[in-house]
Formats: sequence, structure tokens, C-alpha cells
Amino acid sequence: MVGIKSYGAYIPRYRMNHNTIFMAVAFLGTFPPPGENAVANHDEDTLTMAVAAGIDCLSGVKREMVDGLYLATTSQPYMVRQNSALVATALDLQSNIRTADFIGSTKSGTTGLLSAFDAVKAGMSNNILVCASDCRLSKPGSPQESLYGDGAASLLVGSDEAIATFEGSYSVSYDFPDRWRASGEKFEHAWEDRFIRDSGYRQFISEVISGLLKKYSLNIKDFTKIMYPGLYAREHGAIAKRLGADPSQLQDSLLSTVGDTGSASPLMMLVAALESAKPGDKILVASFGNGGDALFFEVTEKIKSVADRRAVKKHLNSKKELTSYEKYLAFRNLAPMDLGMRGEISIRTPMSALFRERKVVLALCGSKCEKCGTPQYPYQRVCVNPDCGAIDQMEDYRFSDKKGVIFTYTGDNLAASIDPPSIYGLVDFDGGGRFWFDFTDCDLDSVKVGMPVEMTFRRRYVDESSGVHGYSWKATPIRA
Amino acid sequence: MAEGIKDKVAIIGMGCTKFGELWDKSAEDLMVDAFKECIEDAGIEKKDINAAWFGVHFEEQSVGKGATSLALTLKLPFIPVTRVENFCATATEAFRGACYGVASGAYDIAMALGVEKLKDTGYGGLPGGPGLMGTKNALIMPKLTAPGAFAMMATRYFAVYGLSPEEGKKMLAKVSVKSHYNGARNPKAHLRREVTEEQIINAPIIAWPLGLFDCCGVSDGAAAAIVTRADMAKKFRPDPIHVKALQVALSSGEELMYTKWDGAHVETTCRAGMLAYEEAGVKNPREEISMAEVHDCFSITEAVTMEDLQFSPRGKVKEDIEAGRFNLDGPQPIQPDGGLKCFGHPIGASGLRMIYEMYKQLQGKVQLPERQIKNPKLGLTHNLGGFPPMNIVSIAIIGL
Repeated sequence: MVGIKSYGAYIPRYRMNHNTIFMAVAFLGTFPPPGENAVANHDEDTLTMAVAAGIDCLSGVKREMVDGLYLATTSQPYMVRQNSALVATALDLQSNIRTADFIGSTKSGTTGLLSAFDAVKAGMSNNILVCASDCRLSKPGSPQESLYGDGAASLLVGSDEAIATFEGSYSVSYDFPDRWRASGEKFEHAWEDRFIRDSGYRQFISEVISGLLKKYSLNIKDFTKIMYPGLYAREHGAIAKRLGADPSQLQDSLLSTVGDTGSASPLMMLVAALESAKPGDKILVASFGNGGDALFFEVTEKIKSVADRRAVKKHLNSKKELTSYEKYLAFRNLAPMDLGMRGEISIRTPMSALFRERKVVLALCGSKCEKCGTPQYPYQRVCVNPDCGAIDQMEDYRFSDKKGVIFTYTGDNLAASIDPPSIYGLVDFDGGGRFWFDFTDCDLDSVKVGMPVEMTFRRRYVDESSGVHGYSWKATPIRA
Repeated sequence: MAEGIKDKVAIIGMGCTKFGELWDKSAEDLMVDAFKECIEDAGIEKKDINAAWFGVHFEEQSVGKGATSLALTLKLPFIPVTRVENFCATATEAFRGACYGVASGAYDIAMALGVEKLKDTGYGGLPGGPGLMGTKNALIMPKLTAPGAFAMMATRYFAVYGLSPEEGKKMLAKVSVKSHYNGARNPKAHLRREVTEEQIINAPIIAWPLGLFDCCGVSDGAAAAIVTRADMAKKFRPDPIHVKALQVALSSGEELMYTKWDGAHVETTCRAGMLAYEEAGVKNPREEISMAEVHDCFSITEAVTMEDLQFSPRGKVKEDIEAGRFNLDGPQPIQPDGGLKCFGHPIGASGLRMIYEMYKQLQGKVQLPERQIKNPKLGLTHNLGGFPPMNIVSIAIIGL
């Protein structure tokens, strides 16, 4: 049976309380409801979060098995240069796979998932990794600013070993102009909130769920959990009530803890539901965006053997409050900050070199000496072990999934950074290998020699003049 | 070991400009200033020079590529001029080229000149940028600065030898107090103010755990030397200074990419030091090396270098620092001219500046007598270019 074989999620470490936003922009008449949003760090974006969710989902999965990667988002950094191909490279997937970007609507997460089921059902693919991720830029003071949060989810779709089988779907499509962003624009436009709520949100979610129930002759009470985005908190509950569902059936929308994560939202809820699902549970998930998709699943016995991972629950609990709204603006480059003339040194990415070194730069691959077994990063042709020195006897060796310990570190105030000090150091990898990396998601006071770290894919820079978003791997204290 | 360079080459003249933030001096001005003092000291004319080696590191900031800027600035008469660059060892590399040039018999008289004009960047610290370490490193290395790279050695030293940050910073502060004391007594030095241990410890952090006074000056300056074969030296002056050893060692990659290096010492300094002592016939460096100018780009670098050069037992430099061993009036003065810390650090000139100080000390001709070390026999200079896990070290030993 076609279904979901594995799941994962990612929620950034920073949370910003709506009150912090309120204190900063209340003069504009913005009054957000209580709650907090997950906020990507300055070195995170849609792609880095998609990779993180993908890694979470691939725990215990052989990456050579993955034969497709679909990325769903509305905030992809590149219009041309396939974002899913970049994510697949960072995840060190094979090159003989199918990659596709699903963009342009917040229903793209479920649409990408449906397309993966279609491909597997048709026998064209066996294991497709679907990553849905959104890190949307909102105009300061806009309603979206407190509504939107950053996050990602990932599901592995296949034809066997499903933890939840895919049972059916129903879709509706409308050219609903609630929000739009034309090519080349930085920020979204939105029509009046009441219009979006009454003519879209309420209508489409009811229609797509009712359509599904009718199509498969189901009753809403058949489901253990139902879930759909929670853009309007009161209406979110009212829809369920009108559908005849009990409030206990309604999965938390994560609206007040993470925010609305766009394309990722329905998939993040689905992951959260799977985290506490039991065999036999029926789950219904619907998306909202230019209509919507509804899908339903039945949980299998295999759910019991899912290996431990962070998914939604652990990520939710691992957080640090971002108390400075000004810092948030700086992270998003929404207020020009002076990094000094050192910060103005231009970066030019040699694309041919980046492609040649893609496994080293984007996949954090090095080599392992076939003669003496020494892992080394980056890839070396001459073995670094002084007692070996073998030449061209190397096999590829992936460091991104290895943990390590901090050999040494510093917090540098001279280096140009939007979040000084720049913390970096040398890492000794478990199993061998040493190199130096920038550190992220940590505070200088908490960093110690010998502290365990893991690797995380991050945005290294954005070169506005050439439009290049550069990525590399950083070390971070192991997240609880 | 090969026969070596010992006593084959003599220095017959040297020049060194004042170092500092010399807003009104160009690289070309600095070359002329160092050159003028150098040939006057040697008592020769420009036409006597057969070949020259020219050192500059950040050429983009000043003179551009190649060696033509030296030839054109000094109007050298169609002689061979070679430009060398090897991080902070650049000037010593120029000196090495000139020494080997005369030792081989290819030339009778050769010149080494190093220059650096750093203060045209518009910001503090050394020029930065992703391309400095090559294309691949630009894509994978942390965006580190020199203070950060050496701060990591301090973190590591503290961890390996069980020093608390307070104890470690106190030890390092004493290193800088000494260099400021010496620099204050040197008219050519960049930073000429004495500072207290307390001021140093309480200074703003540049890269944890290093504060402002743990870091050397970023300066403009130039220095030059004229060398000849030892058997010809007495024709030029009664007190030529002889080259006893010249050694260079580069990281093999095992410090950065293999897991055996302890991070609390510099392997290249150990290796080059051992070879230099062998070349010079030095058996006990702690006793036989009268004085040294070492690469104190940061206080921790000097401390670690004392151990790497066997001036202090491994892990015990703190005791020697506290005992004042390396002070001007101590048994083994280090950085008598103020060092990189206070004389300043124009990268491409520093190695020759160090040799200049040793040369003047050996001749008993230090500008202000209060800095003169009594009867020195051997002086050592040491440059460390790059970062502790990825560097070049050059060592020169000179004597009467």
C-alpha cells in the first residue's frame, strides 16, 4: 500500500512573542493576538529548514534509496535554479532522482505530497522525500508579521513499509485573490481579512473536507484527528463544529506556538499527529490556498517501530526567545545595519567551482582513506595521516550526519556579523576527521571545549549584486 | 643534514622605517626610507647591488603584483628583482632569497626589502575577504579573522593546561606589559605607551579570550638588509653580522584535518626550531640564544612560541613569564624592540624588522642605550604566517 514511510520536521530555535512585535509596531495600529512565532535565525531560510526537516525524516533511512525529492514552498530563494535540486544535493541524495519545486500557493505542501503518492502509485518512483518549508518575509507592521511563523516538515512516501497508508484525496481549486506577490516583488499584498476568512478560509476548507467525506462515503466522526491551517483561531474551531466534529478531534494548528507556516503548515500538523498516533487511527489533513487539498490516512502497526526523532514535539520544546524586534529586522535585512567597512567586502561565488565542489560545500562530504581508514574533510587525494600518505585511495565520506566535539573555539568581535560575536571553532568528528566551522544557534557563554556538536546546513551569505544565496554547513550544540 | 648556511653570509647594512599608522606615507615612500638608511649603513652605492628580493603580502592594498614597484621606485639599474610572499614570513623569505643568492656565488651583494602599507583599507585589523585562502576555502572555511584564529589557540592552551580564563588572561597580560615597556623605549615603534596588567585584562574583547592589548599593531612600514658573502664582509664594515641558520617549515595538513595535534602548540615552530638549532650548532637554546624577536601577533602566540622554541619547558611558560625571564633585564630578553605588539606589524616588513633589531643589538648600536642588551651572542627571529593549524614558520639565527 502506498503511504508515508517516515516523517520529520524542523522548527527554528528562536521564538518571538507577539507582544514583542506589538511593542514595536503598535503605533501602526497592529494588535496581534497572544502567542509566539518561530523565527528563523539570520542564517536560515526555506532551503536550510527543508534540509533540516529532511535529515530528521531520513533518520534510519538509507539515502541511496531515495529516488525523488519534492520541495513545496512559497518562499523559495531562487526563481531560476531549482531549489529542490539544491536541497537534494545538501541531503547528499543520488543524482539519478526526480526533483521538483511546488510553489506559488500555500496548498503546495499537500499538492507536492499528492504528486508523490501519484508517482509511487504509478510505479514510477519508490521513495520520494517531500519537504515543505516556508520562511516568508513580512512587511514590518503588517498582519502577516505576527501571523506567519517559520518551519518545515518532511515525509517519505513509498509503496511499502508504510506507517500510515494513503487512502484518498479530494481537491478544489479557485483563483482566490486573498494574497498575491508578483514576480520580482519582495512582500505580499493582501485583501481585507474578513473577505479572506468568510469567502475563502471558511468556504474552501468546508468544501474540500465535505467533498472528501462524500467521495469516500465517510463520516467526520470516523477520524481520530482532523487538521487544517488555523489562520483564524475562532473560525478554525467553528469549521470543525459545522462539519460535525468533536473539538477533541481537531489537531492543534500550531498557530500560537509556531505561527502559520504556509506550505509547511498542514504537513507539520500531520507530523505532529503521527507522533502520537496509534495503529488503526484515521487522519484527515486539509490545506488552504487557492482552494485546497484534503487527504486521508490510516495508521498501521509500523507506527510503533518509528525511531526516535525531533519531529514537531521536541523542536517545539527546544527554544530561545528573541526579545529584540530590532534584531529580528536585522536578521531579515529589513533595516540596513552598519557592519563597518569590513562588512562591505564583496562576495563573488565562482559557480563553476561551487558545482565542482558541490559535495564538499553543500553535502559536507569528505573522504575516507581506504588504506588507513582516516576520515578527512574536505575531500583529500593525498591522505592526511602522516604515517599513511596514500594517494588516490579514497572513498567518499559524509560528515553531515556525524556528531563531534568542540576542539577549540572563539567568539570574534572583529569579524563582520549581523549577530556578533561570530562564534567558530574546530570540531573533532566522532569516528575521525577535524575541520573548522562557523557555529550557530548558540551563545558564547554556553560553548565549551569538549562540548558535543552536530552539523546544520545554513545560509552563508546573500550577495545582492549577483543574486546568489550561498550555503554551507555549520556546527551547533546538539539540540535537545 | 645538509651543510647549511652557517657563517657563509654576512649582513653588512640594514634599514628600518618608523612603523605606525603612517597616513602621509605611501608604500613607495616607505621603500625609499628603508633603502636610504640601509645603503648608508652598508656604505655602498646602488650600483653595487647585484640582485634584490622584494617582500610584500597584501599587494592589492599597495604596490600591485610582481616586483616592478621596487625596481621602479628605487630606479634599480636592470638587475634581477624577485617578489616573494609567504604570509607573515614574507620578509624573512626575501632575506632567505638574498642570502642563498650570495651564498651560491651567483651574486656578491644582494638586497632584501620588505614593505607593507596596511592603513589604506578603511577599517581596523588586517584586510579581510573570502578569497584570501583560495576558492575552495572561501566556500567552506569559517569567516575567521587573525585574532579569532589565535584566540582558538588560547582557548585550547587554557583547556590543555587547566588554566581558568582569569589565570590564562593574567599570564597573557604579563606578555603584553613587557612588550609595551620595551616599545615605549623605542622611537621607531608604533605603540609607545606603557600599560598595566589591569588595563590589559579589562580591555574590550576582540576575540574571546583575547582583548585589545593581546593583539599587535596593524601598521605601515618597511625594512631592508644588504648581504654579502662572509669572506667579503670585512671589506665593508668591521662589525658584520653573520647568518647562523635559516629555516622554514609549513603545516602538513595534519594539524587542521587529523586529530593528533593538541592545539596548544605550533608544530611548525617546533620543527623549524629544531632544524635551525642544528644548523647553527645550538645545543641548549634556553641558555645559548641571547635574545629573540618572535612572532607575537597575539600574546598567546608569544607564550606558546617560548615553549615551541625550547626557551621554556612544555606547559611551563607561565612560570618563566611570571619570573620575568623574557623582560629586557631578564636572562633571555624577548621582543626588546617592542615586538609586533608595539613596534607594529606591517606583514611584508616584519621579518626584516626583527633581524634589524637583532643586528643592532649584536653591534651594540641600539638607538637608545637603555634598551641595549649586554654582550649578546646569538639573536633569533621567528615569523608565524597564517593560522595555528595552517601556517608557515620561518626562523633566522644571527650572531657576530
